[in-house]
This record gives sequence, C-alpha cells and structure tokens, in this order.
Amino acid sequence: MIHYLLFFIFAAFAVAGAINLLAQKHPIASALSLIVVMGSLAGEYMLLGAEFVAAIQVIVYAGAIMVLFVFTIMLLNAGEEEHSRGSKVAMILGVPAMIAGLVMGAWVLVARDPANTPVGVGAMYGSAHDIAEQLFRRFLLPFEITSVLILIAIMGAVVLARKEER
Amino acid sequence: MNLSTFIILSVIKIVIALAVLLTVVAYTVWFERKLVGHIQNRWGPSRVGPFGLLQPLADGLKFIFKEDITPPHVNKLLYLLAPLLSLSLALTAIAVIPIGGWVRVAGISTPLQITDVNIGLLIILGITSIAVYGVALAGWSSNSKYSLLGSLRAASQMVSYEVALGLSLIGVLMFAGSFSLRDIVNSQAGTWWGWLPKWNLFKGQFVAFFIYICAAYAETNRVPFDLPEAETELVAGYHTEYSSMKFAMFFMAEYANMVTVACLASLLFLGGWNGPLFGPPGLQYFLPVFWFSLRVFFFLFLYVWVRGTLPRFRYDQLMGFTWKVLLPLALANIMITSLVVALRS
Repeated sequence: MIHYLLFFIFAAFAVAGAINLLAQKHPIASALSLIVVMGSLAGEYMLLGAEFVAAIQVIVYAGAIMVLFVFTIMLLNAGEEEHSRGSKVAMILGVPAMIAGLVMGAWVLVARDPANTPVGVGAMYGSAHDIAEQLFRRFLLPFEITSVLILIAIMGAVVLARKEER
Repeated sequence: MNLSTFIILSVIKIVIALAVLLTVVAYTVWFERKLVGHIQNRWGPSRVGPFGLLQPLADGLKFIFKEDITPPHVNKLLYLLAPLLSLSLALTAIAVIPIGGWVRVAGISTPLQITDVNIGLLIILGITSIAVYGVALAGWSSNSKYSLLGSLRAASQMVSYEVALGLSLIGVLMFAGSFSLRDIVNSQAGTWWGWLPKWNLFKGQFVAFFIYICAAYAETNRVPFDLPEAETELVAGYHTEYSSMKFAMFFMAEYANMVTVACLASLLFLGGWNGPLFGPPGLQYFLPVFWFSLRVFFFLFLYVWVRGTLPRFRYDQLMGFTWKVLLPLALANIMITSLVVALRS
C-alpha cells in the first residue's frame, strides 16, 4: 500500500519537474527542475529494489552531471530566456510523432505481456552483485566496447580543449 | 517487530542521533577554537563558563538574535533554499553511520544506527554529490562577485575531489565485498599475531587512507583546501551575503560534514568500533561506542591540528594536486589491491 503511495508521489514529482523544466524561463530554474526529475527517478528505482542503480542515478546524474550544467550556467551568467512562439515544424511533425511513439510503446508493452502482470515491488535485479554478474559475464563485450567508446570521447574532448601551440 | 514499534524505535533513534550530532558539532567548534588558540600560543574562549565551555551556547544565542538581513538583489527562493539544503543534507548523512554493534533493550534488539542499508556507503557518496548544490546555489543566488567566485571554486573543487574520494574507497570495498558500512567494519574484526588489528589501514590501504583524508578535507572545504572561503581574497566566499541563522546553518553544515567524514574514516580504515572488550556486560555494550568515539575524536583533532599548521594552497596547485597526484595514485592503488585480492582467492 505504502509503496503505491510512494510511487505516485515520486511520479508526480518527476512529471511536475519535467513540465517545470520546459515552463521556466531561467536556465538555473530549468536545471534545478531536471535535478528534481532525476532524484524522483532514483526514488522509483529504489521502490523497484534497484538500490545500486538508484544510488548511481543520484551520484552520477543528479550529482556530477547536473553540477557541471549548473556550473556552466553560473560561469556564463546566463540570463532569462524568452519564450519563443514555437516552430511550425514542431507543431506539425513533433506532436503527432510523439503521440505515435507513445502509442507504439504502449502497444509493444501490452502485446509482449497481454496479462499485464505488474512487476512486484523489489522484484527487479538491483544489488551491486547482480549487476556485476550481468556486466562482467553476460555483457562483457558490449561493456568493454562502451568503455572504449567513452575513452575515445574523452580523447576527443582533450583534443578540442587543448590550446594550439604554434 | 511490527510497524508501530519500528516507527517509534526509528523516531527515538533519530532524535538521539540528531541531539548527539548537534552537540558534537557545537563542541567541535569550541574544541577547534580552543586548540587553535593553544597552537597559536593564546587561550581561546575562556570567559563564558569554565574553560569557555558555554561558548557554543552563547554563540548560538547570538546567531538567533542577530538581525537577519536579506540583501535586495538576491534570488529569494534559492537564497533561502541553499542553507536549508546544506544543513539538511549534512544531517541526513548520519542516518547510515553505525556507531556500534547490536543492543537489546526491553526485548527488542536493534543496531546502534538509524538504518542499516546495504548501499550505505553509496548513500553517503550520493549525499555529498548533492551537497555541492547548497554551496553552488548560495553563491549564485547571492548575486555578488565574491559569493559567485567562491561558489564556482567550491563546485569545481568538490566535483574534482569527489572522483579521487570515490576511487580511494574501492580498495576497502574489495576487501569487504559489500557497500554496507556494518559489513565493512565486521570485515576488519580480529587481530594478526594477537596484537596488530586487522584494520584496512594495516591491510595495505595506507595510500587509499592518505587519498581519502586529502579528498575529504577538500570536500569539507577545510584548510589547506579552503579556497572557496579564502578570506584574504573573497571576504567569506559563498556565504558572504548570509547573516544570522542562515550563516549559522552553513557553519553547522560544515562541522556536521567534518563529523561525518571523521566517522567514515574510522569505519572504513581504522576498524570502526572494533577494540578490546572486557568487564561486566553493561560495560561491554558501552565499550565499542567508546572505541568508535575515540577514533572520531582523533580525526577531529587532526582536522584542527592541520588547520593550525598548514597554509592554504594556490588554486591551480589545488586542482593539479587532485588530477595529477591523487587520481593516478588512487588508480594504481585499485590495480594493486585487486591483484592482491585476486591472487589470494
């Protein structure tokens, strides 16, 4: 019972944060809304029993990445933005595409699991041990390829940031 | 244990933990002023009560009665949110810190800890990574040059040192095989040859210990890493525009963080509450808590000692130190430790 209550509280926070992110004019306010969204998602992971993922969500996304966002906004001292009137392309293509995507996603979920069995609270894989088993045994190759990809990205960033010495 | 007992027990534990933590915070301030006074060949607080022991109380009253000024050009919501965020996160971290074994009171046995979660260490890392916002927002919302520069320094410093801090803990985690602080302490129980305790420090983690201490000092913005509040350049850094209780909240947050860091250092590297047990059963309940407090006191003493001894870094030295010295050291420590763990198993 209390789990359902908590689920809806976190979900409400996530949705409200996401809407606020779009509605706010100031970059800092938007960035803070995004932190609220990420924090609420961490709460939802925690409810599913994915404690490790929840902690990493907070440490990496809500912590490190968003701090850099906020840091950049502060450093550039970005002022208030103005609401644009919205582009026509977004209205004509974007909104129908979004609705189509939502319908397809819902359809796939229903088609794969017609009985619509809800996932039990705490039933997911989530301990650090389970994740390590998956990551370092079953998905070792994709994991290593991803790490090489990130290494390349880091090197690219270094090359871009380095001052040219002539 | 049914739900109502659980809730009552939790509330009692939370109240006790908060009361103890806030008292320790108040007297750490007194202790620091006294000790720094003696290091600098003066007396420190000596007028209010015997040995100045009532000084924290007097300071607290002063903070409450001081005029609370909100400068006109601040972003009011965030200006108010920042000290609240700092203090509440600093106090939250204590929830997962165990201070002793299990006790049995009135037929209910409970750990000496508010809650024993199996990702305890990650929760503390998460809290420290969120705590950056308190400092960053304080500086930005104050709308003042000094505050902004202070908080920019603080944010980059805390993010950079968090990397080294997190990596320095991996060796300890490999020995314990768990994120639970209780398991980590239990993995350090016992002695070699009857006298050398099996602390992680003596298992070869002294490099990690050094990295942890440096990074933790930087995370808590303490000397020699207190660039964010360097008074010679930035007045008071990110809390320049704060007064009265709002300033006191930053102050309390800093000292609460110091206590958490001291607790964590004792739990991770110095064997937590492990120590010789003797005497009647009542004393045996009390002794682990005493051994733990002794270690925490040692780290708080170290904090003040370092403050009384070392000058401040220059900013580029500070950033270079973590990325060029601490980070490679931490990575090397991880590789060597994992090799040792792999060869032993």
